[in-house]
Order: sequence, then structure tokens, then C-alpha cells
Amino acid sequence: MIDKQAYNKLVKSKAPKSKEVKTLVLAFVIGGFICCIGEAIHDLLSAYLPIGPQTAGSLTSVCMIFLGSLLTGLGVYDKIGRVAGAGSIVPITGFANSVVSPAMEFNREGMVLGVMSKMFVVSGPVIVSGVVASIIIGFIYWVVSMFA
Amino acid sequence: MNGGAQTIQFHTKPVIIGGYSIVGPKEGEGPLRSYFDYVAKSDLFEQKSYEKAECKMHLLTIERAIDRVGLDEGDMCALLSGDLLNQIISSSFSARELDIPFLGLYNACSTFGEGLCLAAVFISGGFMKRVAVSTSSHFSTAERQYRYPLELGTQQPPTAQWTVTGCGCSVLADQGKGPCITCATIGKVIDYGITDANNMGAAMAPAAAYTIAKHLEETGRSADYYDQIITGDLGIFGSEMLVELLRSEGIEISHRHVDCGKLIFSEKQKVHMGGSGAGCSSSVFNSLILHEFSRGKLHRILFVPTGALLSKDSSLQGESVPAIAHAVAIEEQV
Amino acid sequence: MSIFLQYLQVFAVGGFICLLGQILINLTKMTSSRILVIFLLIGCVLEAVDVFEPIQEFAGCGITVPIIGFGATLVRGALRGLEETGLLGVLTGGITAGAAGLGAAILFGFLMAILFKSRTKS
Repeated sequence: MIDKQAYNKLVKSKAPKSKEVKTLVLAFVIGGFICCIGEAIHDLLSAYLPIGPQTAGSLTSVCMIFLGSLLTGLGVYDKIGRVAGAGSIVPITGFANSVVSPAMEFNREGMVLGVMSKMFVVSGPVIVSGVVASIIIGFIYWVVSMFA
Repeated sequence: MNGGAQTIQFHTKPVIIGGYSIVGPKEGEGPLRSYFDYVAKSDLFEQKSYEKAECKMHLLTIERAIDRVGLDEGDMCALLSGDLLNQIISSSFSARELDIPFLGLYNACSTFGEGLCLAAVFISGGFMKRVAVSTSSHFSTAERQYRYPLELGTQQPPTAQWTVTGCGCSVLADQGKGPCITCATIGKVIDYGITDANNMGAAMAPAAAYTIAKHLEETGRSADYYDQIITGDLGIFGSEMLVELLRSEGIEISHRHVDCGKLIFSEKQKVHMGGSGAGCSSSVFNSLILHEFSRGKLHRILFVPTGALLSKDSSLQGESVPAIAHAVAIEEQV
Repeated sequence: MSIFLQYLQVFAVGGFICLLGQILINLTKMTSSRILVIFLLIGCVLEAVDVFEPIQEFAGCGITVPIIGFGATLVRGALRGLEETGLLGVLTGGITAGAAGLGAAILFGFLMAILFKSRTKS
């Protein structure tokens, strides 16, 4: 029979590939569209509420996270994700999706050990890496400022 | 008895006297819809969780299979069951409701083949008279255990397969009407170093090829002895690889080979490479295949359920995907 | 600046970032967690080397809506904390700045888990 190495080569060469162009176009268009929704929310908030740019930015994030959560709850976001790929993972709505979907998935295991403890199985790495990176960068700035 | 060979020849041939199959709604929309005994309207089976649903489906299948052949729980000497969940709870919890001695099995998606082999040994050896064999899988329980939450917006790679929501149960006896098991080849765990857990077809194809080649060698049969060689859940790509692997051994099966994972869904159903799961081969076997035997369309088949023996943790730790396949020769009684 | 041009810039930059993510998925079969982490870290680095703000001026939500924006927010918070309260601020600043997003995600996640159950894919 074909040996292991030859087999792995064969599998690599013959395995069906993603439809490169189609997935890239869809990710670009849907990802861009989601960002435009964010921009629209941002513009509306700045126009009608007496808030500064920083608050407007935070509020926009909150609104986008709400939208992502709601669409996940309604069972729509995973359908968008199948088509959009990274287009709906990379935006902050995708982060919301990665928090909400495990929380929903494990609500049958109870509030504490289900929803609350499983909420971050997908998004936990995002929070950990973000917080650690920000502290490290802050620390580096501090060290540099000592010598400057 | 077999002198180290992997193939068991049954002198008293166990008979498959009947079977029953239940599938979920998506499988019920596939090409085999008219063959399944029962298609559920909802894959929750009126339960509160998908695990409970799989359990209900499993229990219902066993009860109805035994009922169909005109027997009672008390008539059964043993129940051999398996599924894909941790600690095979669907099987054990089904057995909790039944008054039948229970042996729980796990060989991933090839468990149904393992069950048939063992049941045949028990019966042919004269230790038992009637044995039920069942396996199930459920898309939503498997997805949670092996992959991601259902509502997570991910994109499956094109080599992925779709876990079948379904269950099949066969009842075997020492005598009766139906096709019989003439011999069985117990597979070895084969690992060709495929690490991609999303390409199970490719990981399992070498195991299937090994078992089929061994079976043909030890029985002295050619592939043409069988009407069909039916693998469990290799899917489109895995099947292609199986044919290639056997071709390199000088065995040509492309004209005789079918795969349950390819049969159960149509291309329109967006399942990428086809179906998979412990319930895939068992539900197809207990619907289409038994049906074709009773209609006289099939006379001799080699049934080869395949299984990928991985866990979520093993793939995270970078392990490759070991696989196994058991071959069961099923023939018309003469 | 006309409104059309503004949205075109948002669309182009946001879309391009997602396109990079898709290239990663197609090449490496990465899953959500890894993709999110990588882009978050890109955001951290962009902010640390002071490149994020000029891009934001050009692209607005095209760079802040992708998770890159969240990474940048965390680092910006940590640096502001350092300025205001010294080394302790490095610890508190990042999480404080990211608190709005994080709090919202946790609250909505909790609410949705109460209101809805996950459904089988079709």
C-alpha cells in the first residue's frame, strides 16, 4: 500500500480547497458592510447626543456588541458566519457572537456551571491576550520612560 | 482458531432477523427518506436537551426493532450499543430503561461494525440466541463535544463532514429469516499521520483500505465476490482516497464501492463531503441495505463501518487521527 | 469630505481587514478564537507604535469596529493609566478602557442565554 508520506502528499494535493475568490470577496463585502453599520451608528450618536468623540466610540462598540448578541440569540449570526467567514468573525460583533454562543449552548447545564463558567470558552483567549499585551506594552513604556 | 488471522469464519451463521432506523429531519430530507422507518419532525424529540433527545431516539429505535421482529425485551440475551458522547451516555441511558443485559461499546463511527462482529461471535459460538446491536449519533451533541457551540459563526472547511442525527438497531438471532453474517474481519488501529480533524475521511480511508485488503486476502475472495462494498462514513473525499489506496494494492473496487456518508445526504444539502457519525452507517444499514436484501437486490455485501478515534483534546495536543474499520460479510441465506 | 467618500473609506479598510482574516482561515484553517486573538494583538501593536490613530482618522469605524479597535483601546487605556497614576495605572488602565465593551458582552451574553436556546444548524 502507499506509504504514509506519499499518502499525506496525495491527500494534500487532492483534498478539496476553499473557493478562494468567493470566500475572500464575501469576507471583504460583509466585513466592510458591518463596519459601515458601525460608522452609521457612530454618526447618529454623535449627531443627536451631546457626547464627546470618545464616549461616542465606546457607545458605538456597545451598540455593535448588542447587535451581534441579538443576532446570535435569534440564531441568525451563525448563518451569516457560514457565508461571511472572517467577515463576521473579525468585527466586534464576532467577538459578541463568541461570548454569547457558548453561553446559550450551555444554558441547559445550569446558570452557574453552564452559562457563567462556559461563557468564555471561545472568547477567553481574546480577553486574556488583550489584557496581558496591554500591560506588557504599558510596562515597556514605563521602562523606556525611566531611561529617557 | 484463526492462527493470528484477523478474519473470523462463522460456521453457524448468525441471522439478521430485522432492524429499525430513526433519523432527524435533515436526514429525512435526503435521498434515503423513503427507506427510514421513522423521520423525526424535530431533532429535539420533544426533550429539553439534545443529549436527552439522542437518548430518546436511541431507546425508541431499540424498542421498535425488537418489537418489529415479534420479540420482547425479555427474549434478548444482550444489547450491544454505542454512540459518540463521553461515557457513551446515549447507549447506557437507553439501556437503563430496558430489561436487557448491556454491553457498551466504543469504536467511534465504526461501533456498529464492532457490535455486529461481537454479536455474531456470541451467537455463532452458541453462547447467546438473540442479540440487539444499536448505535446512534446526533449532530447537535457531537458538534458541542467535538467542535464549537451551535450558534458560533464559523465556516467549515470544504473537507468537513456532517454528523448524522440518526440511530439504527439490528436484531441478530441464531435462526430465522434474513441475511446472515458469514465472516468478519476485525480491523487494526491504523494511523497514517493525518492531523486535520476536519478531514476525517482522509484519516479513515487507510484503515478501511487495510481491513478490506486483509479481508480479501484472508478469505481468498476477490472484490467482485461482493455485490457491493459498503463503507461507513468516508464521505466523498475519503472514498476517493480509499479507491486510490486499494488500487495501489492491485485491488479495484471503484465499481462496487458505495459509502453510507455519501448516500444519506444529497449535494444540495450543503454537507460538504457527506455524512458521518456512529448513526450514519447504522441508520443506512437498517433502512436501505436490509431493504435491498429483502427485495433480493443485494445478495452479498461487505459492510465496512469506519471510525476516527480522536478526541478534542488529542487534536489540540497535536496528535494525528488514528482510525479503525471492521469488515462484516453479509450474505443471503442459502 | 463627502459622506459617500467617508463610508467608502470605512468599507474599504474594514473589508480589507476581514479579507486578511479570511486569507488566514483559508491558508491555516484557523478557528474563531485564534483569528480574534491575532487581530486583537495587531491592534495592540498598532496602538503601541502610534499608528492606530492616523488610520482611525482616515477609516473611522473601518478600523475601530474590527477587534483590532478593542486591542488598541486596551493599550491606549494602559498608557493613559501609566501617565496618570504610574505603574499601577498600567494594570488598571487597560481593563478600565475596555470595560464598556467587556461589560456589554458579558451582560448581553447572560441575557441571551436566559432568553434563547441554541438551535441545530440546517
